[in-house]
Amino acid sequence: MINYYGIRAIYTMEMARTWRTLMQSIASPVISTSLYFIVFGSAIGSRLMSIDGVGYGAFIVPGLIMLLLLTESISNASFGIYMPRYLGTIYEVLSAPVSVVEVVIGYVGAATTKSLILAALALLTAQFFVDYDIQHPIWMLTFLLLTAVSFSLFGFIIGIWADSFEKLQVIPMMIVMPLTFLGGTFYSISMLPPFWQTVTLFNPVVYLISGFRWSFYGVSDVSLAVSLAMTLMFLLVCLVIVAWIFKTGYRLKQ
Amino acid sequence: MIDDSLSILSVSRLSKRYAGGHCALDAVDLDVRKGEIFALLGPNGAGKTTLINIVCGIVTATEGQVSVAGFDISRDFRKARSMIGLVPQELFIEGFETVSATVAFSRGLFGLAPNPSRVEQILRDLSLWDKRNSPMMALSGGMKRRVMIAKALAHEPRILFLDEPTAGVDVDLRRDMWALVRGLRDNGVTIILTTHYIEEAEEMADRIGIINRGCIVLVEDKDRLMKRMGKRQLTIQLHRPLASLPAALSERGLTLTESGDALVYTFDSQRDRSGIADIFRSLADNGIDFGDLTTTESSLEEIFVSLVRAP
Ligand SMILES: Nc1ncnc2c1ncn2[C@@H]1O[C@H](COP(=O)(O)OP(=O)(O)O)[C@@H](O)[C@H]1O
Ligand SMILES: [Mg+2]
Repeated sequence: MINYYGIRAIYTMEMARTWRTLMQSIASPVISTSLYFIVFGSAIGSRLMSIDGVGYGAFIVPGLIMLLLLTESISNASFGIYMPRYLGTIYEVLSAPVSVVEVVIGYVGAATTKSLILAALALLTAQFFVDYDIQHPIWMLTFLLLTAVSFSLFGFIIGIWADSFEKLQVIPMMIVMPLTFLGGTFYSISMLPPFWQTVTLFNPVVYLISGFRWSFYGVSDVSLAVSLAMTLMFLLVCLVIVAWIFKTGYRLKQ
Repeated sequence: MIDDSLSILSVSRLSKRYAGGHCALDAVDLDVRKGEIFALLGPNGAGKTTLINIVCGIVTATEGQVSVAGFDISRDFRKARSMIGLVPQELFIEGFETVSATVAFSRGLFGLAPNPSRVEQILRDLSLWDKRNSPMMALSGGMKRRVMIAKALAHEPRILFLDEPTAGVDVDLRRDMWALVRGLRDNGVTIILTTHYIEEAEEMADRIGIINRGCIVLVEDKDRLMKRMGKRQLTIQLHRPLASLPAALSERGLTLTESGDALVYTFDSQRDRSGIADIFRSLADNGIDFGDLTTTESSLEEIFVSLVRAP
């Protein structure tokens, strides 16, 4: 038995929050993507060589979309579950006949939807600055979806772990941003000295960006299979943590 | 003992120790009958909210079982919870959400298909219909509490928990709320309310349970409790202590205090007082001189205070 209406209620409520803040939600990816393109794509990029046969402006598109997707997924999902905890409105979800899976589908589904919409907007915005093509659209969508779901789950975990607004920001700012910048958004890791190449392989974001970029241009730092495996593994780890959270009531129930 | 088939909420050996080590509930047993208004009366910190929150799934019990209409709250959580509506003690609201959206959300969350006419009826019953499109933050405190009630009723629960429903509530809302509660009871909904106001329990409840320091100290029909409360005591201070009570006086229901210097007569304040005149006549007949007369009323308040006083 699935509480279909319960999932829908959570999802709808979360999406309503998204629509309420639509203008700022839309403005942020459009503006930030434009800025990145003006600075790195047009201004600096025009003086840079192409990487792996792809013009620099086009080269950074997948990385920028990933950057946006990661930060948006995390912040939407973490905020989505943190707010009811903070306001106390979570009592209703805890007292309702909804299972863990249903709650997660509702919240994470809404966060995923929102970050996918924003990623699509960023892709459209990029179109104004550079020409890029997508050689493997199905794979592109697969990576987009897997990443949005994984990082929304990750954000959900942060939103449950955090007990202050500061903590809500700290992981995205201190860990995810640096990992994304260092994960090959703006360069190919083959451009790094061998030692740093090895270090970089410990950065999970490298696999996301590499696989995603491959779906655009057919070139990648690591193989597609490895990228896919790492993405799925991250998804699995997040699922296990979420299951544990609800089983133990961690930070949700006294 | 209560017939099990009539018990809609059954709590057994329920204990809760919070992370800090504080024991908020200590092996509580409680049965609430189907269709009654049950008042859980106790001072602040007695464990009322903890008990309710465990039944509703918001707090996890340390030990013990709870079943709702025969469904265990953890094993059959869906069935158990579908039957329960909760109006929490505090106002928990998302300020940007509109009244109708938040009530529709509650209904969906509990697994029911949208039903705008049902939601409309609930909003009208609570005088919220005009405010249906207002964001919650634009409402007054009393209105917000009405919304909390509307949310709890949105999925047509069979059991309604009201945690301190009238704390800080204006007269209008209080009156509306009691009218609503009586209406729900007439439709077979069981109502469990907590309060630390004795008058409230008196006014509303069919049965009263008194809780203190995590223990249920008494559960009784309100009427029976009221009878106890209706007792008055007349104390007659004697000029000379008596060694024993003359038979004529003990027949009339008088008792002698241990020290022998006072007589005590317990009577029902609702009945006429003719008995007292007879007593004075008997006293005169037996040549007993008396001085001070005092009467005391044993109120529910007193019963309550004596029950919950620290041992
Ligand atoms: N989350 C909590 N952590 C620790 N102690 C708590 C918590 N909630 C309540 N308590 C304690 O448990 C006792 C019972 O509280 P509560 O159930 O709220 O009482 P009531 O609702 O009867 O006023 C109180 O002493 C309170 O301080
Ligand atoms: Mg309380």
